[in-house]
Amino acid sequence: MTDLIADRWLLDRPNSYIGRSVPRPNAPRLAEGRGAFVDDIETGGRTGHAAFVRSPHAHARIGSIDAEAARAAPGVIAVVTGRELAEIHDPWVGVLSHLQGLKSAPQYALPLETATWQGEAVVAVVAESRARAEDAVELVKIDWEVLPAVTDAETALDPATTVIHESLGDNLAWRRNADFGDIEAAYAEADHIVEETYVFARHTGVCVEPRAILADWNPGEGQLTVWHNNQCPHMVQNILATHFRLDEHRVRVIARDVGGSFGIKVHTYADELATVGLSLLLKRPVKFVADRLESFLSDIHARDQRVQGKVAVKDDGTILAFEIDALSGIGPYSMYPRTSGIESNQIVNLTGGPYAFDHYRAQATVVFQNKNMMCQYRAVGHPVKCAVTEGLVDAAARATGMDPAEIRRRNLRADDSYPCKSAQGLPFENLSHQESLAKLLDAMDYDALKAERDALRTEGVYRGIGLASFIEVTNPSAMFYGVGGARISAQDGATMRLDARGNVFVATGATEQGQGMEAVISQVAATAVGVPPERLKIVTGDTEHTPYGGGTWASRAAGIGGEAVAQAGRALRQQILRAAAVMLQEEAENLDIRGGVVVERASGAERIGLDEVGRVCYYRPDTLPDGFQSELVATRHYVPRQYPFAFTNGAQASYLEVDVETGFISLLDHWCIEDCGTVINPQLVDEQIRGGIVQGLGGALWEQCVYDSDGQMLNANMADYLVPMAAELPDMRCGHVVSPTFESDLGAKGVGEAGTCGAPAAVMNALNDALAPFAARLTDMPFTPQKVLRALGKI
Amino acid sequence: MKPAPFAYVRPASLEDAIAALDEHGEDSRILAGGQSLMATLNMRLSAPEILVDIGRVPDLAGIEETDAGLRIGAMTRHAEVEASDLVASRAPLIASAMPHIAHPAVRNCGTFGGSIALADPAAELPACAVALGARMTIAGKGGTRTVDADAFFRGLYETALEPGEVLTAVEVPGIGAGWKSGFMELARRHGDYAMIGLAAHVEVQDGRFGQGRLVFFGVGERPVCAVRSAALLDGESWSDALGDRIADALKEELDPSEDLNADAPMRRHLAGVLARRVLAPLAA
Ligand SMILES: Cc1cc2nc3c(=O)[nH]c(=O)nc-3n(C[C@H](O)[C@H](O)[C@H](O)COP(=O)(O)OP(=O)(O)OC[C@H]3O[C@@H](n4cnc5c(N)ncnc54)[C@H](O)[C@@H]3O)c2cc1C
Repeated sequence: MTDLIADRWLLDRPNSYIGRSVPRPNAPRLAEGRGAFVDDIETGGRTGHAAFVRSPHAHARIGSIDAEAARAAPGVIAVVTGRELAEIHDPWVGVLSHLQGLKSAPQYALPLETATWQGEAVVAVVAESRARAEDAVELVKIDWEVLPAVTDAETALDPATTVIHESLGDNLAWRRNADFGDIEAAYAEADHIVEETYVFARHTGVCVEPRAILADWNPGEGQLTVWHNNQCPHMVQNILATHFRLDEHRVRVIARDVGGSFGIKVHTYADELATVGLSLLLKRPVKFVADRLESFLSDIHARDQRVQGKVAVKDDGTILAFEIDALSGIGPYSMYPRTSGIESNQIVNLTGGPYAFDHYRAQATVVFQNKNMMCQYRAVGHPVKCAVTEGLVDAAARATGMDPAEIRRRNLRADDSYPCKSAQGLPFENLSHQESLAKLLDAMDYDALKAERDALRTEGVYRGIGLASFIEVTNPSAMFYGVGGARISAQDGATMRLDARGNVFVATGATEQGQGMEAVISQVAATAVGVPPERLKIVTGDTEHTPYGGGTWASRAAGIGGEAVAQAGRALRQQILRAAAVMLQEEAENLDIRGGVVVERASGAERIGLDEVGRVCYYRPDTLPDGFQSELVATRHYVPRQYPFAFTNGAQASYLEVDVETGFISLLDHWCIEDCGTVINPQLVDEQIRGGIVQGLGGALWEQCVYDSDGQMLNANMADYLVPMAAELPDMRCGHVVSPTFESDLGAKGVGEAGTCGAPAAVMNALNDALAPFAARLTDMPFTPQKVLRALGKI
Repeated sequence: MKPAPFAYVRPASLEDAIAALDEHGEDSRILAGGQSLMATLNMRLSAPEILVDIGRVPDLAGIEETDAGLRIGAMTRHAEVEASDLVASRAPLIASAMPHIAHPAVRNCGTFGGSIALADPAAELPACAVALGARMTIAGKGGTRTVDADAFFRGLYETALEPGEVLTAVEVPGIGAGWKSGFMELARRHGDYAMIGLAAHVEVQDGRFGQGRLVFFGVGERPVCAVRSAALLDGESWSDALGDRIADALKEELDPSEDLNADAPMRRHLAGVLARRVLAPLAA
């Protein structure tokens, strides 16, 4: 069959919706209060509500469990222990074969013998309401034998430290060593070698909608239906089928609306699997909605890295080498199925990323500890590798007496050097570091800002400017997880169908998390077929009604899910044109679809409406020639193959003021120039960048899961865990450079994590610039007023 | 985060409220704006058997001028106090504290009396009450009594209120000629309880300080009146040297607690910074 559609068929379409800020199709639904979040789902009066007895200790053996009083409490349906649940499921182990040597222990829905972090769910109570379940939770008595808690990553491997999982032999989860080029030769050649240690606190992603799951096992049909606010319905389907010994087609996972996820909702949480197990045991629907307090103790945490960094630089500012040694404590298990080694792996892979240098050495050590589990949260590893790199680049600038912008200009990869490979051997397809930096300096009026900073300094006002260039991993291929054996789909699919009235139904594997995915999908679908977005119906987040796909993670949904939609839309357009050509007795090549009407390609003259095409194909096929069967539905899948990741790049800047008497930092301004290739929806892209920046600023200045030495989290509530709030935030100005990926027709890379990646680095550099007149440097995030005052020697 | 079961009544008169409280004794709790109480119930930090909602009790809300000064009804919402011209002119210290209390949504529900009765050590209004020498009007089974702010705040969340008593109003005395006030607090995020704050109410004549009160919050179990440090002001005009003396004196006088945001040395240091920043403009 000839291809009816030319090259650049998508981006040069007449009436294109790509590049426009179209409204979100799901916004009115949400504004009307008609969202379908898990807690909105009604399953009738038989629903049991789960609450959990959570371990008050960081490490303790579970002795006898006295649940008699709880079972007798009003409204209680069942009290279930780990041993009972273990009868009906198989445990999981969070390892990936390509993270060689990564080990972890089997994890059950509820632990059998030992609780390994404070807040771990230990006993489940199911009652007629959540309040009743909480009442009964208070009545469960457990004989705890408290064990020594391993909390400090620095001493987790000491021989004197308790081993959390005896079967593993020690507390080492994983170690990776990497050596590229000849670092010793680079050190010998360098004029300066600068060392600095950076610390990144544990923090977490605080979603507006907490984790929630409603499981309904129907023994009559042998069917498990699970409403679950996760990012990857097909992944969850597979995990539930595997660990509850079901056939995959007997498990349906629905994730319609999700109130924010940020990577928090992409993991296998034991309490969620316990909820599914409870439904299977009790043969009735069971719902679990995490409350804020348990969210802080059980939603994954992230970062928690101590990185010693080293940079080798010549007098002329040429950077020769980077070296890092990173240590991270990940909690008592490696999270399943993505593992808790990826954050450290990313740091090893990506440090130094924007710069042209040849010599690199890295060590990453990942240890177990008795704190909540750590795993992938927005911009996995990126804020760490970026702050380490950019901190070291600023250190190199100081060592060589060079302006921070100048040393970056000298060392950033040239825009005409692509395709090329990073020092670590990762391929870069098409980036724009130099142009992005130039645009950034222009947007912030760098020289004028420096002059203002210098003038104010003489008046005792201490302001600082911080720059940060970055790369971001997006559109991951199967090289990210699949290659390591995880059943996590890197490909995505889309099915599009013309209905009898000429409207288009779109089912996509990409999922809506509140980020506006439905809008992006609608723009691509509308453009690919040639219809206005209001003629589309988008279906997401249902394993029974969407093609197999990976969902939302690693900034992939638009670039990969969107491309699948583009290809399905292109196929559907060809199908429609063939049918229309038959009806019009015209060559299909001479036709196109624009504005929902089949038109003459050359003149744009209207020929036949899509409603008419639908009517004839579905109701009057007898009027079509013998031997012509219309097909008005197309499914296409897409996965990147040439490149393991579509790297994006950009540059951020922060301008801030330090009150040197109080230690308070005021963020005055923030800029981000970002290159995500094709910008499908400028408003949504900027929202992603700004939202990402805010989470990056959170890590830099406020957010920290504070633990004491017994493994108790001290601020597990919204009053004491400081999420960034609007009053403290600066304006965030976004700009774009467009270097599309050539791998897809859409050319879109991801943008979800760029803001989070660069913001902490920019703030750290700005803070240290502001403190330059003093003998004070801070590299230990979050930068609290107390740390600032200590660095200044005021307290 | 669901509260333990509790009963609820909403009496229509003060007498009924007091009777309900009396009947249930220690197991009852007054519900005002609910902005603090509901959170503690939801977190199961407390589990009273019955809540006595005083939201429908007449005459508990409102701000009026009296012979003695200003009367602020206990059920007056923070938002109303914040917007009040009377408060702005008669008790500017309170007016300047209001925007620092939580966020607009909380201020729409939270009450003036609730803040005073709760006596959070980092709260603004108890410190303002002490600085201004306010008097608390309290009703109970035995009738009505008044307690001076100094005697009202006894310790951590502890006040002179006895079980069964209702705080009905706060009387703020009129401001004497030449008295000025200043307010400042430091919080990691706007609307959070203060890391440390200062409510100052001082006499200033011709650029010289006289009597005065420097009341810090967020530094101890209750509002802390730094008497010895404030005494250094008497008869002095502002100078950096005076600021230094006061900062040094505060380091001696205050014995602050520590929390996740600030240790004791930090609070001592910040007390001096606040004193300088609040007092310098008052003398100008
Ligand atoms: C997010 C958030 C931030 C906040 N930030 C601040 C802040 O920065 N500064 C600040 O001061 N407050 C802050 N608050 C608390 C807020 O000001 C509360 O409204 C106030 O502390 C209590 O007032 P309420 O009317 O809500 O009282 P409730 O919560 O109803 O009651 C609080 C306590 O006082 C008792 N009580 C209430 N009224 C009376 C009365 N008339 N007589 C006797 N006992 C009574 C109740 O029994 C209860 O024990 C914050 C609250 C929130 C939710």
